[in-house]
Amino acid sequence: MTTNQYGLDPVLAIDFDQEVERITQRMREILSQDLHRRGFVIAMSGGIDSSVCAALAVKALGPKKVFGLLMPEKDSSSTSGDLGKLLAEHLGIEYTVDNIAAPLEAIGCYQWRDDAIRQVFPEYTTGWKNKIVIAGGIDGQINHYNIVVENPEGERFEEMLPLKAYLTIVAATNHKQRIRKTLEYFHADRLNYAVIGTPNRLEYDQGFFVKNGDGSADIKPISHLYKSQVYAMAKHLGLPDPICNSTPTTDTYSLEQGQDEFYFALPYKKMDIAVWCYNHGKSAAELAEKIDITEEQANFVYQDIKAKRKTTRYLHLEPQMIEKVEL
Amino acid sequence: MSQVATNTEQLLRTFILENYLFTDDESKLNNSDSFLDTGILDSMGILELIYFLDEELSIKVESNEMIPSNLDSIDNLMAFIAKKTA
Repeated sequence: MTTNQYGLDPVLAIDFDQEVERITQRMREILSQDLHRRGFVIAMSGGIDSSVCAALAVKALGPKKVFGLLMPEKDSSSTSGDLGKLLAEHLGIEYTVDNIAAPLEAIGCYQWRDDAIRQVFPEYTTGWKNKIVIAGGIDGQINHYNIVVENPEGERFEEMLPLKAYLTIVAATNHKQRIRKTLEYFHADRLNYAVIGTPNRLEYDQGFFVKNGDGSADIKPISHLYKSQVYAMAKHLGLPDPICNSTPTTDTYSLEQGQDEFYFALPYKKMDIAVWCYNHGKSAAELAEKIDITEEQANFVYQDIKAKRKTTRYLHLEPQMIEKVEL
Repeated sequence: MSQVATNTEQLLRTFILENYLFTDDESKLNNSDSFLDTGILDSMGILELIYFLDEELSIKVESNEMIPSNLDSIDNLMAFIAKKTA
């Protein structure tokens, strides 16, 4: 793979000055003409997407009209909180830290999840860690999911998750994104601000978000940008190095978990190229050559892209009505 | 086709018709219809189908068997089940 400015593959190269100008101009227009709100609320995980969105919001309106939220819970890494604070201070915005462990505990998030894990590992208890990993897509199989647990001695065990346990674990952990969104809208309502959603193009395209959780927002400023472009944008905007160099994680499970382990068939740099090639009608052979995988694997990746679009289409749908109601 | 196979086929057809097409109209499902291509099932639906095979027919699908050619239509399922139970 040959690379360009900021290490980008040439097909993803864009003029970042122009792009920042275009996005921030649209953010102001949308805020004044469509949303009629006077600022932005942004939840900051310390990850690259929310960091770039926060920086763009500050570019669009200035630091006084952007309110940041850090919402750690029991399974958050301490790094994400540190990076969130680092960014808020770098941008000079007002922010608050709301720990959401107590509300999550109260609605049974951890209990439901742990009970479901115990269907597979009955010995799982306090002090153990967990994560879900995806399997199948790159091998041409139907995507399915394994649970990985680690005991306090550091021993790891992995088993395929039965469907009901998988669904329950995901449903329970989705509380995290939904509680966060509730708080974002609380602050947005009290300030008369709009809520920023932070998906990048890969996440938006492949449905990697929680409906009515992180998928909910008033504006999504980077949903057209591939993940590599978001990283490049972070560098272009001069964000602190620890943020620019952070690896994408879900920050949802207690064991460290890359997004490609949980959801995508490939690491993000290759996944970006795969989706770009798919969108531009490139053959599996062309994709294979570009990202150094076999043609068979490239075919499987294309099938996986299609399957994920299909399976997650419902996440994008607004409530369906029996007939259109004119407003 | 043996009586057991006929019953299995009907069980699978009823499962799909009742749970994904919400009908008892047998004409809505051809045995050769690809569940994924026609949109009857998505990949989560296939996982539900795998669960059904285990619960109702005691057929365990291993991860290397989770491929569309085994699971993506009534015809494919019947061939897969015949192979597993041979």
